[in-house]
Amino acid sequence: MSEQFEPVIVGFLCNWCSYRAADLAGTSRVQYAPNMRIIRLMCSGRLDPQFVMKALKEGADGVMIAGCHPGECHYVEGNIKTLRRFILLRTVLRQMGIEDERVQLVWASASEGIILARAVDKMTEELRALGPLRWKENVLGGNGHGPGVGIEAEMAYEEV
Amino acid sequence: MSEKVGVYVCHCGTNIAKVVDVEEVSTWAGELENVEVARNYKFMCSSLGQDLIEEDIKEKGLTRVVVAACSPHMHEKTFRSACERAGLNPFLCEMTNTREHNAWTTKDGVAATKKAKALVNAAVKRVLEQEPLEEIPVEINENTLVVGGGIAGISAALELANSGRHVILVEREPSIGGHMAQLDKTFPTLDCSACILTPRMVEVGQHDNITLLTYSEVEKVDGYLGNFVVNVRKKARYVDEEHCTGCGICIEKCPFSVVDDVFEAGLGKRKVIYRPFPQAVPKYPVIDTENCVYFQRGKCKACQIFCPTNPNSIDFEQEDEMLQFEVGNIIVATGYDLFDVSRIPHYGYGRLANVFTSLEFERMVNASGPTDGKIVLRDMESVPESVAIIHCVGSRDENYHEYCSKVCCMYSLKFAHLIHERVPDAEVYNCYIDMRTPGKGYEEFYRRLLDEGTHFIRGKVADITDAARYKEEEGKIIVQVEDTLIGRQRRLPVDMVILSPAMEAKPDSKEITQLFKMGCDFDGFFIERHPKLDPVATMTEGVFIAGACQGPKDVPDTVAQGAAAAARVSGLINLGTVMVEPVRASVNQEICSGCRICNNLCPYNAIIFHEEREVSEVITALCQGCGTCVAACPSAAINGAHFTNNQIMHQIEGILWDVGNGNGRVVEPEVVPA
Repeated sequence: MSEQFEPVIVGFLCNWCSYRAADLAGTSRVQYAPNMRIIRLMCSGRLDPQFVMKALKEGADGVMIAGCHPGECHYVEGNIKTLRRFILLRTVLRQMGIEDERVQLVWASASEGIILARAVDKMTEELRALGPLRWKENVLGGNGHGPGVGIEAEMAYEEV
Repeated sequence: MSEKVGVYVCHCGTNIAKVVDVEEVSTWAGELENVEVARNYKFMCSSLGQDLIEEDIKEKGLTRVVVAACSPHMHEKTFRSACERAGLNPFLCEMTNTREHNAWTTKDGVAATKKAKALVNAAVKRVLEQEPLEEIPVEINENTLVVGGGIAGISAALELANSGRHVILVEREPSIGGHMAQLDKTFPTLDCSACILTPRMVEVGQHDNITLLTYSEVEKVDGYLGNFVVNVRKKARYVDEEHCTGCGICIEKCPFSVVDDVFEAGLGKRKVIYRPFPQAVPKYPVIDTENCVYFQRGKCKACQIFCPTNPNSIDFEQEDEMLQFEVGNIIVATGYDLFDVSRIPHYGYGRLANVFTSLEFERMVNASGPTDGKIVLRDMESVPESVAIIHCVGSRDENYHEYCSKVCCMYSLKFAHLIHERVPDAEVYNCYIDMRTPGKGYEEFYRRLLDEGTHFIRGKVADITDAARYKEEEGKIIVQVEDTLIGRQRRLPVDMVILSPAMEAKPDSKEITQLFKMGCDFDGFFIERHPKLDPVATMTEGVFIAGACQGPKDVPDTVAQGAAAAARVSGLINLGTVMVEPVRASVNQEICSGCRICNNLCPYNAIIFHEEREVSEVITALCQGCGTCVAACPSAAINGAHFTNNQIMHQIEGILWDVGNGNGRVVEPEVVPA
């Protein structure tokens, strides 16, 4: 019985490139870490930074955002918007003390199954070394004995 | 909430079941809130599997369906149709990928089963938030744009035009015909290339249903399937097409010649006012303004002086014309270029005079080429006594292109044959890695060459040099190659070397993909929708590809693809109206604060602003459903149908079922089954 920490990564993959890359990795039987659980979006541009925060809050140790290479977005430039949001998001995450390795942006075109697989392997190892995120204790600063008394970020999505 | 969810976990034979404990997953799923029934079955996509779903919907009154199986790119349509047949809105069905994204990527059964549960849970939570949606009808414009006038574009255009559809064919060069027009004989039949191509070219030129725009380029493409608006720049030829009779006197009288880098591959010359080749379609010449004495220095005008038509057909004031068309579909058939052999310096091209590329040799053996079909050295006189033909230049090579360029073995054999035919006493050496002759009649062609006395040396050429080591090598080009079949290094002293370079994507293929909103791979070839089952469609609806721009191929395959793309387009036009997915955005105008952040984000300009009410609105017909505006709205006023914030948030919660509640994770020791 081994007590190895298995990080849980939530992956937001765009329907056209990165999701198909993951499909190709599977079809080609590329073996890689099973730690990423994938959520499909039509475009990486659909990614609301609040999704990332929600995933981390709900217990994910890391989030991978994957989209088409710049210039190849199925919807022309959605991935550029993702890039802009990601840069801003990273600033916010750093202020909250969340390490850079926990939220990563990866470009993978539909024929790059192997690249995506290796990115997942790499991220898994990086997170394994960092350890679990422990949102309530480490990020919100609770007392560690259960639901922390901290400042809960208000999520605008609750309205929709 | 009194929804009833049916969960179906597919074994996919042993594909999923070998790794994921499907029984365990379906039993576990059955215990989830709102799940009415959970089953596992060997092949959910089979009729029996689909029947399971349909019967459960009817008998158990299911209101939502989750199928954990392969990728939705495989079977989303299958399961949506099953639901529809049973009376359930197809958008209340959600697939989750436990095969490509799970079972096929790991041998760890425990981890895979846990992941499968997470994916199923996520899908259940998501599907509960999904809304019924109706597909949207889109009208298809009957006209088609074909980009590229090589054999692929010509085939596609003729197929469509002959079936009564109107085609706009845009070609960058002054004439259609592409690279095939440069060839002499085509393998394996040794048909004369021009003889089989020119009738097609003429048919295109004369066809009532084809608007032929040569010396033109597509500059802008807007719109979507069925409704593209295309802007084309028709470059100025400085020849008036209305009055020119194609007599060619202007070409005869033009006093200046330049090296023809394009059609003659640098081996021959052309006049400054020129037709690329005698059988050019259309027949109108073009003035090369960079080399024209009139345009550079205001002198000469010989072409205008001698032009016999009245009014004069030479028009120095002509300007580029901007044209706009509305089309329903686009077929991109922009072709290939050859690998630049000077990238391999040790093959001596450019340094050693008598090293030729395949295209130069094609022009040389062509009866209407710069040497009238005679095989001669660079001095245009001496006949070579020995020729080496080098296969795989720039292909099957880690340093340049890893792929096999498919046609080079065949055309190298063709060259060997032509040399035997015209210089019967010459020694011909083909240096190859493998002999690839898969097509109809190709292997038989190779046998013929073996009988003709060609020397075949299996080895990749290491060096081509004129540094002689022995007396016999003086004045010759030495090809150094390991003959792997006899296990010895050989130095072949020859008079002429022909390099067979790989077919490459055109250098501006990246720009072309951006223009037509499609993708290209690392090598620059355009990406097809599915490598096996859909070689002519792209990821963008309404944009198709055909020919060598998709990957190296020979003429029969190119023609087949051109026809295939035309058939697809014809099918869409026949339907008249196509139903497309309702994954669109819409603005809730009551919440919209009129900040207009979304307005400029839309790549399709689908968002308008109402000044009076100060709210934005998404034009459904133009929206392609990317969701960028949904993510950007600070008021969360834009609803992205089928990918709402609500649905995705629940999906996230579901996917983290085993680590949820943000309490930090307890690392549990994994129980390894005995």
